[in-house]
This record gives sequence, structure tokens and C-alpha cells, in this order.
Amino acid sequence: MTSATLRHSVWILRGNPLTAVAATGVLLFVLVAIFGPWIVPYDPVVSNVSEALLPPSAAHIAGTDQLGRDVFSRLVIAARLDLAIAVSAVGISFLIGAVVGSFCGYAGGKLDRAVGRFVDVMMAFPLFVLAMAMVAALGNRIENIVIATAIINLPFYIRFARAEVNVRRNVGWVEAARACGESHFSVVLRFLLPNILPAMAVQISLNLGWAILNAAGLSFIGLGVKPPTPEWGIMVAEGARFISTGRWWLVAFPGLALMMAVLCFNLLGDGMRDILDPRMRT
Amino acid sequence: MSQSLLSIEDLHVSFSTRRGMVEAVRGVTLAVEAGEMLGLVGESGSGKSVTGFATTRLLDTAGRVTAGKILFRGQDVTKLRGDDLRQLQGAAMSMIFQNPRAALNPIRAIGLQIADAILTHKRISKDAARAEALDLLRAVQIRDPEQRMNAYPHELSGGMCQRVMIAIAISCNPALLIADEPTTGLDVTTQKVVMDLLADIAAARGMATILITHDLGLAARYCRRIAVMEHGRIVEEASPKTLFGAPRHAYTKRLVAASPTATSRIEDLVTAEEWERHAAVVSNARPPAAHGTPPLLEVRKLAKRFDQGSAAVADFSMTMAGGESVGLVGESGSGKSTTSRMICRLIDPSEGDIVFEGQSIGHVASRDFHRSRFRKDIQMVFQDPNESLNPRFTAFDCIAHPLMRLAGLRAGKELWQRVEECAERVGLPLDLLPRFPHQLSGGQKARVGIARAIACRPRLLVLDEPTAALDVSVQAVVLQLLDRLRRENDIALLFVSHDLNVVRMLCDRTIVLRNGGIVEQGESRALFDNPKTDYTRKLVEAIPHFESGPAMATAL
Repeated sequence: MTSATLRHSVWILRGNPLTAVAATGVLLFVLVAIFGPWIVPYDPVVSNVSEALLPPSAAHIAGTDQLGRDVFSRLVIAARLDLAIAVSAVGISFLIGAVVGSFCGYAGGKLDRAVGRFVDVMMAFPLFVLAMAMVAALGNRIENIVIATAIINLPFYIRFARAEVNVRRNVGWVEAARACGESHFSVVLRFLLPNILPAMAVQISLNLGWAILNAAGLSFIGLGVKPPTPEWGIMVAEGARFISTGRWWLVAFPGLALMMAVLCFNLLGDGMRDILDPRMRT
Repeated sequence: MSQSLLSIEDLHVSFSTRRGMVEAVRGVTLAVEAGEMLGLVGESGSGKSVTGFATTRLLDTAGRVTAGKILFRGQDVTKLRGDDLRQLQGAAMSMIFQNPRAALNPIRAIGLQIADAILTHKRISKDAARAEALDLLRAVQIRDPEQRMNAYPHELSGGMCQRVMIAIAISCNPALLIADEPTTGLDVTTQKVVMDLLADIAAARGMATILITHDLGLAARYCRRIAVMEHGRIVEEASPKTLFGAPRHAYTKRLVAASPTATSRIEDLVTAEEWERHAAVVSNARPPAAHGTPPLLEVRKLAKRFDQGSAAVADFSMTMAGGESVGLVGESGSGKSTTSRMICRLIDPSEGDIVFEGQSIGHVASRDFHRSRFRKDIQMVFQDPNESLNPRFTAFDCIAHPLMRLAGLRAGKELWQRVEECAERVGLPLDLLPRFPHQLSGGQKARVGIARAIACRPRLLVLDEPTAALDVSVQAVVLQLLDRLRRENDIALLFVSHDLNVVRMLCDRTIVLRNGGIVEQGESRALFDNPKTDYTRKLVEAIPHFESGPAMATAL
């Protein structure tokens, strides 16, 4: 990052306190995901039945669960898994979707129509049900959650990249690049793709939140990550049994973690567009 | 002063931007009498549109009137609120915008849009409003008004859309009409029809009009009084005759000189001092091509059909010698852009052949032409400089791009030297090279575009309306630059344009296109002075000149 980009980012964040808060939040989640194992006060998987179902206190700031495990420690450890699933799933769908969508949008014609119809058909499915079916069929493993989440995100990226490239395909600088000796192939990869990145960044950020929810949702219904692995979705699912007896902290804290993660990524989306778009710099 | 319909007194308008307050209008004083058409002329950024927007209270939220008064019928417009303001906007004064297609609602039939405008200000039934809308369509001379009532904006041409805008603007019989570049983007012939209509309507209904334009010729043809704006101030106000005959202010002089007319030459466009720097070059005129040398470019029976089967270009043939300049003129839809792109080998012709330096290149598919050895010999300058530079490339990257791709240079000292040399040739200050396109002005972007096109020393330069988006003073400099490049480097220019005055000046020969076919061609001066076909004559007559304009002024 050059100093100009940095200065520009600071300027954007100053004018948009909400984006600054969201960026801080996302940064916090990432730090927690990386350094989680070193900051947790307790082992997240070792049970201690004598301390089961304790409400939040100084020793256990988010209470303990039915097996006496510290909820806060489990939340912290879960951040890494949830973020890793979301980032890799969104990364895969972004890479494939942006490339396929760009070429379709640039070439038009039969290929474009065929891919367009395929995407329409995919979007006609209830996407979460599609993900459920895929995980159920492929097997209950983390890499399958990633693949399923990536596939249900794919249509959005294809459509988005297609539309963004389509409006730019006849613009002067694209023709100029061809007059400068670029092939169609390199015009798409080296000229159009970098130019749609700012717009895509917004989509990525929004999608990360959605992917976290999706992974948690799969785990919640028992497809995906298996206990005792700490994961926000499972924690909510397990805690739900105790909510009727007033043990709210088992559900509330993982729910809050999910909500904050999704919110931060969504808010960051808009700010990111402003930072990445060179035209916003003066 | 109090008798004037509109009197603006010492108006100041500021915009709050990222770099603090920017003063767009700094002390404009102006009076418009009832029924008069006043021209407000200036280049982009002169504050002419902002003055118009401030008068109708349509300023952007970032803009604020910081001082001065705008008195309309004795009432200060800047202080109006609520119902008084609504009464003013649309009913007492209304505005016509630059891009009519963007100003109309695309999903509502035009008849309804006109009726809507009437209903916001008059308490009449819907049927009565529709009847009035129909009358208005007749008044703006739209053919088959009954059917057109139900047409949507996309079904109408640009000129038609502007007529609909005029119909909406005059629907409540305003006393003042503000037309902000009403014909920019329209063809010359359409421009003439729309402006004639606007002038007739204003005269018939006794409306005062402020014509905001960058085109001096247009203002001279239709206005009796013209105010020239520069940097937010009015520098001169006079009748067209005095303004063009004996301009007093230095800026007006420069502006008048830069506007191409029927008789102006390239060297007339800037003041004598500026020209002297190039004088040495002009003197070594190009020797005539030796007899028997093959033409640089030969186009044989070129045709282009698109998927629907309609022919965009048919049976187009031409030849060009090295260092020659040829103009390709025509209205929008005449196929001039398609032709230029086929010659540039960016799109494939359906029929015919293109021969460059004795070699057929028309049959090399455009998708493979980037590998041809002729790619660097045929280069193009694109229409809108704002859109022809990659937003993620700096000026340096833009100019270096063809050098790296086509001349095989690698990043390093030699590339730097070549880029700087190109920048110097087009007069682009070297300290601008690290900037991104959005940090450059329109004229600077145009120079980057030209520098990029000449970087690999092409033999043929195709120019697609390279100055259409530029101010006249910038256009003058760019035209001189092109002319100089042609003389110094023996580059042949194929100049695609709808501006006949520019073509006449810059091009040895001119080809007139209509509906994809050649109507007339010949030596430029002869062709324009003595057009052989009605179509060319119509084109030539439609150009607003200030020589022909003061006919009105003298009649006063």
C-alpha cells in the first residue's frame, strides 16, 4: 500500500465514522481468529462438569455451558474456523465467478446466454436448501461446507462481473487497449477485471457476512462442523435447549458474535468501494 | 434596474468540497428584459451553468448562494420558500437541460410527462391536461402528435426528445426560460431545427430566454446580447457584432480567435505570439508525394452489416497517401464511427478489403490483428478523452502501454525517455505523468490520448471526434498539435467529425457520409464552398457562424 492509498483510506474513514467502526470490528475479528489460542483463558474443549451452566461472572465472563466449558474461550476459538470457512468459500466463488462473468460479459453471444440461463436456474433454487443437499450428499466435512457455500455464492459473482464488464466493453480505453496490441483475452484479464474490483469488493464484503451465517446455519441444523469443535452455529444450536430454563448466555453470546461479524462485514462493504476506487481520490 | 424581468446583482455561489469552499460564481451582475434572448457564453468551469441553476434554485446541495441577489419580477429568488418557490419553478421560470434523454422519465409516455408538468401547476382535469399536452406537441412541431403522445423517450431521436423537453418547459407559459446547452450532442442539422423552434416559440409567447452555451457561433446566431463568462465573472457583455467585430477583453479575444469559422486557418486559432513558436515548423511544407508511389491506404468496397441485417456501411471506397489528411463527416448514424473502426481493424468488415502499404489487412480477423506488424502503424485517438484512458493507469502508464506492447520496450530508462519525448511532443507537462486520468483536465487527457497514439510512430492516425468534448480554446491547441504532428512526422490523418468548420481547416480532402454511403467527396475547400449535393449544402448551412449571425443584430 503506498502512502497515498493510506492517506486516502484515512480520509475516507474520517468522513465515514461508521466505516471506521466496521473496519475496526473486522480487524478485531481477524486478530482474534489469528491469535485466539494464545488469548483464551480456558481450554475450549475440555469439560469440567462441576462448573456446568454457570452464569456470566468474573471467572467466566460469558458463563459456562452444559459440560462446564468456558463459553468465551469457545467463542474466541470458533472465530478462526468460521472466518476461514467464509473467506475460502467467498474466495473460490469470487475467483471463478469474476473470471467466468467477465468473459461472458465481454464476449456476449451464445456462451453468455448459456451461462446466463444456467445462473438463472441456480438462483431459482432456495440456495440454503441447495447447500444443505450438497453437504448431505458429499459428506459432513468442513471442505464440503466450503464447496457448498462457494457454489451457492457463485451466481451472484457471475452476474455481477458480467454486468460490470458489459457496461465497459465498448468504452474508449478498452478499444484503446486493443489498438495498443492487446488480445481480447488480456483486455479482459488485465484491463477489465482490475477495473471492476472496486465494485466487486463491496460484493465480497457483503458476501463474507452472508457466508458466515450460511456456515453457522449448516452447523446449526447438524450438517457441517461436528461437536465438540467450537463453532458459533453449533453453540447456538446446543444452547437453544437451555434457553427455556433461563440459561440465556449459551445462545446470546454466540448469537451476538455472529451478528457483529455479519454487521461489520456489511458496513465495511461500502467504505471499501470508496477506498479502492481511484476516481474518488483527488 | 427594477423594470427588468430578471436582474442578478453581484451573485456569489460557493461549493463546499473536500478541499474547502470553492467559489464558482464571483460577482455576476446581469439583467434580462422580458422577451429577450440573452446568450451566456463561456468554457467549462466558467460558472455559466451554476448561474443558471442558482437562478432556478436547482443548485446542488453542496452549492450555496453566499452573496448577492437574484430579483425576478422584483422578488428575491434566493429567499423564496415552500409554495412560493414551487410557483416559481416550472411555472414562472423553467429550464431545458443538456441531455434530453436523461432528463425525461424513461418509463413514462411523453404525453403523460407533459400532462404531469401541467397538472403540478394548474388545477384542471386530466383530460384537459392531456388535450393541452397534445397542443404543446403540435407547438413543438412533432409529427403525428396523437400517436407520439404514447411514445416512450427511447422511441424518439435526440432531437425529438429535446422538443419534448421544450414542450414541458413551456407548458405553463413561463416568463423566463433557461436553456443550458440545449443542443450539445445533437447533429448540426438537428441543432438548427431545435434552436429555430426554440427562438420562434420564445418570440411568439414573449418569453425571455437565457441561452447557456459554449458555442459562440450558436449564441451569435440567436442572441442580441451576449455575456461572456470566465472564472465566475462576466468579462464582457455586448451585441454579437461588437463582441466578434471588436472584442475588448483579452479572454473574449482569445475565445473568438479559437472558434473555427468558415474562413479561419489553423494558424489563426491562437494569438500570434503563441503561433510564433511553431512558425519554424510550418515553413517546411510537405513536398508532394513522388509520382507512382502506392497509396498508404486503399479501402475497396467496404461494407458492414450487423446481426439484424441492416447495413451500417455499404460500398465504401477511398484512398489516402502518406501524410495526407482526410475528413470523414456525417451525422450520427451515418456509419462514420463504424468505418473508422474497420479501418483501424478493431471490428471486422462484412465485405470488401483494406490495403495498407500494398498489403491486404482487411482479411486479418480483428481478434488476431494485435499480432500484425501493422498494428503499430495504424493507431486511433478516441472520442471522449474522459473515457479513453484506463482509470487505473497513470498518464505515464497510458503512454508506455503501446511502447511496451508494440515496440517491445521494457520498464527502464529507455521507456522513460520515449514516454517523456511523446509527452513533450504533445505539450504535456512532464510533472503530470504520474497522475491518474481523473486528476487531469479534459485537454490534458486529450493530449495523453494523442501521445499514446503517436508513441509507436504510426503511419496512419484515425481520429474519432477527438475534440468534440473539449472547450474551443483547448480544441484550438489540439488541432494545431495534430496539424504539426502531420507535418513533422508525415502521419496521415483520418479525421472523423461532425464539426465541418474543423474539418475544412484541418483536412486536404473531405468525404461526406450519409446512411452508410458516400454522398460526396472532394477537396475540402471546394466541397464546402460549392457543395454539389443538397445534403452537403444542408450540412454546411446548418453550421452557426458568427459572420452570418449578426444579420439579426444589424436588423436592430
